[in-house]
Amino acid sequence: MNLQFTPEENTFREKVRAFLADKLPDDIQRKVRLGQQLSAEEHVRWQNCLSERGWLAPGWPVEHGGTGWSPVEKHIFEEECAAAHAPTVVPFGVNMVAPVIIRFGSDEQKHHYLPRILNNDDWWCQGYSEPGAGSDLASLKTRAKRDGDHYIVNGQKTWTTLGQHANMIFCLVRTDPEAKKQAGISFLLIDMDTPGISVRPIITLDGAHEVNEVFLDDVRVPVANRIGEEGEGWTCAKFLLTHERTGIAGLGHAKQALRHLKDAARRQTHRGRPLIETPSFREQIARVELELMALEVTNLRVLAAARDGGAPGAESSLLKIRGSELRQRLSDLTRRTLGPQALPFFADFLAGDEDSLDDDQTFTAAATAQYFNRRKLSIYGGANEIQKNIIAKTILGM
Amino acid sequence: MDFSLSDEQRMLDETVTRLVADRCNPEQRRTLIQERSTALSSLWHTFAELGLLAMPFREEAGGLGGDGIDLMLIMQALGRGLVPEAYLDGLLIPGMLLAELADDSQCEQWLAPLLEGEHQLALAWHETASRYDIDTPATRAERSGEGWHLQGRKQVVLNAPRAIALLVTAGLNDGSLGLFLVPADGDSLQRRNYTTFDDQQASDIDFDTELPASALLANGDRLLVALGETLAHGRAALCAEAVGAMEVACEQTLEYLKERQQFGAPLSRQQALQHRMVDMHLHLEQARSMAILAATSLTLPEEQRDYRIAAAKAYVGEAAQFVAEQAIQLHGGMGMTEECHVAHYAKRLILLDQALGDRDYHLETVMAHLDSAA
Ligand SMILES: Cc1cc2nc3c(=O)[nH]c(=O)nc-3n(C[C@H](O)[C@H](O)[C@H](O)COP(=O)(O)OP(=O)(O)OC[C@H]3O[C@@H](n4cnc5c(N)ncnc54)[C@H](O)[C@@H]3O)c2cc1C
Repeated sequence: MNLQFTPEENTFREKVRAFLADKLPDDIQRKVRLGQQLSAEEHVRWQNCLSERGWLAPGWPVEHGGTGWSPVEKHIFEEECAAAHAPTVVPFGVNMVAPVIIRFGSDEQKHHYLPRILNNDDWWCQGYSEPGAGSDLASLKTRAKRDGDHYIVNGQKTWTTLGQHANMIFCLVRTDPEAKKQAGISFLLIDMDTPGISVRPIITLDGAHEVNEVFLDDVRVPVANRIGEEGEGWTCAKFLLTHERTGIAGLGHAKQALRHLKDAARRQTHRGRPLIETPSFREQIARVELELMALEVTNLRVLAAARDGGAPGAESSLLKIRGSELRQRLSDLTRRTLGPQALPFFADFLAGDEDSLDDDQTFTAAATAQYFNRRKLSIYGGANEIQKNIIAKTILGM
Repeated sequence: MDFSLSDEQRMLDETVTRLVADRCNPEQRRTLIQERSTALSSLWHTFAELGLLAMPFREEAGGLGGDGIDLMLIMQALGRGLVPEAYLDGLLIPGMLLAELADDSQCEQWLAPLLEGEHQLALAWHETASRYDIDTPATRAERSGEGWHLQGRKQVVLNAPRAIALLVTAGLNDGSLGLFLVPADGDSLQRRNYTTFDDQQASDIDFDTELPASALLANGDRLLVALGETLAHGRAALCAEAVGAMEVACEQTLEYLKERQQFGAPLSRQQALQHRMVDMHLHLEQARSMAILAATSLTLPEEQRDYRIAAAKAYVGEAAQFVAEQAIQLHGGMGMTEECHVAHYAKRLILLDQALGDRDYHLETVMAHLDSAA
């Protein structure tokens, strides 16, 4: 057994680092570092840098524009991007709908959509959840009725992340209300400009506009926009949920958050000494460090298994639970490190506007917003309780 | 031993509880926040009329002589309604300091109208470098002619935007701590006003200010004793407020679990969630006990009082966080939204730990006295 990266992997890391140092725009880097929200333009500008280098879609097969990286290389790439304060690639196109199109789509669909995704021409959002269908996704009600070459879609999607910027949405819809739950579901690609679609913002408790409600009212969608067969939507959805989960632990983000926490605890003083020297606080930081070390090795174990051909199954539930808990704990400690300094809510600054905050304030402004925002990590992508149900069932056989 | 309320206390509890229910439902609360200005709200005036503002103050100071339990009942009710009024930071803390330290004419000018609901005040003590310690500010006051020159920067001064005057801590040349009364409208104050994540108003303020000799309310031991007593009350009040807010967070979560259908049944049927809900309830009840312990410890000798208050504040801070985080989690995506009332309770429950010393700060106090405390 050997936990060292190979010389080739280390060379790869250097290459990624050099690219980030060279290409990541300063203004975007600053915003990510300070925890400000990015505009659509900023997301796209960064993703265009990745596209130009051919690195936007590490998860894709090479023939469609993937990088051919090993799982370990993908992991290194994600870690370096987080360390450099690069924006997270908006996943809905590249990492979610694209693998489904590659696996289940027709040649025509592949030729049409994949280059547009690689080129950042389309902004995708994910229309799975509904007001009545969260953890129990298969109970979704949005109805698609066949009318010649079209479906007529009626219903409501919710929690649609960054839907306000999207021109395309992939939806799970019910095409057969008679069939049993999962069997009546199909996977549709819908142009957001189609008449009958309206988007309403949902403001989250950190004051951000990150999620939306999407209403579909007699929306006409060409049958040609269906992926896979009618009634096969659940297979696509499940594929999407188990696919490409190497990044699910969020290790790169966790490492970056730990560095930030230590930095904050060095700057903050308690009784005339840096807070990080207070034994009881230091211990709390040490404990998250241990958790991170353990999770990193667990993650590498899963990656190694994936490299050797094993499909990550319920292990990804483990990574999701521990990874989200770790990142929540880190954001909790960072907020608490700041003491009363964590209280001010500088909404304009967080929304990404230039502001007259002083250096200390820009350093501290995002901590509490991020703490509240990170609560989502244990709710979305399959809530942690649901992940535990999966582990109980599939790993432990309970 | 007796945990029952007196008749007067039961009446007080009913009065505040009803008032809060009538006047601060979620919609009214939003309006109260949106319409907040320097003018005090009609709700605040009603507080005054009902004697709620005078309740926690000594009779000699014009108060009604309420005890720790009275204060607890008021704060619990305010916590239940998440009432966006600065009972603690605008009234109790500065008021107690004035009652202990100000001379008659200062009391007449500042304290009497405070208890009448005519104005509010604020205590400007926090500086980043001194974290939660109140007695080591970098802000200085130097003799200047007959009076004083006050210079320094205070941060996150809660309720400052509404305060007509500020009580400001500053180091004096003899090494002692001083407390100054500074009218808040002076040109020599540079301030930035903002709201906090839990809907309080606050300011960062730079002082470079000439003050008359009478601005120094007290310094040295006399001040430290008064601050100790005031902060003890403030911390006990925060514990009680937390209990009120935790009650509602638990109630709303339980209700939601019973209502919300997934997998063809209410979520409340999932045993995993039943146990989590039980844990929330246990945290609430343990926190309630600690809030009672704090409220009944305010009259103990200083060292004993501070030990118990620190224990209560540390314990409640952690329990409040558990309840808040689980309330969000069990509401799923709903719990993440501004529209969902429980999210606002969660925000307050999380951030009140960071008021007047967080759990780490108070645990340090407990650890330091662990051996001497029987
Ligand atoms: C910030 C954010 C962004 C999101 N982005 C998207 C998006 O882009 N597209 C999209 O389609 N969806 C998105 N979601 C939705 C997300 O996937 C759902 O919130 C999630 O599936 C949980 O569903 P719910 O919110 O309805 O909670 P519920 O399913 O109502 O669950 C409430 C609570 O009960 C627990 N619970 C439920 N069932 C069980 C059970 N059987 N056993 C034990 N516990 C249980 C849950 O774990 C949770 O704690 C997003 C959510 C958030 C918060």
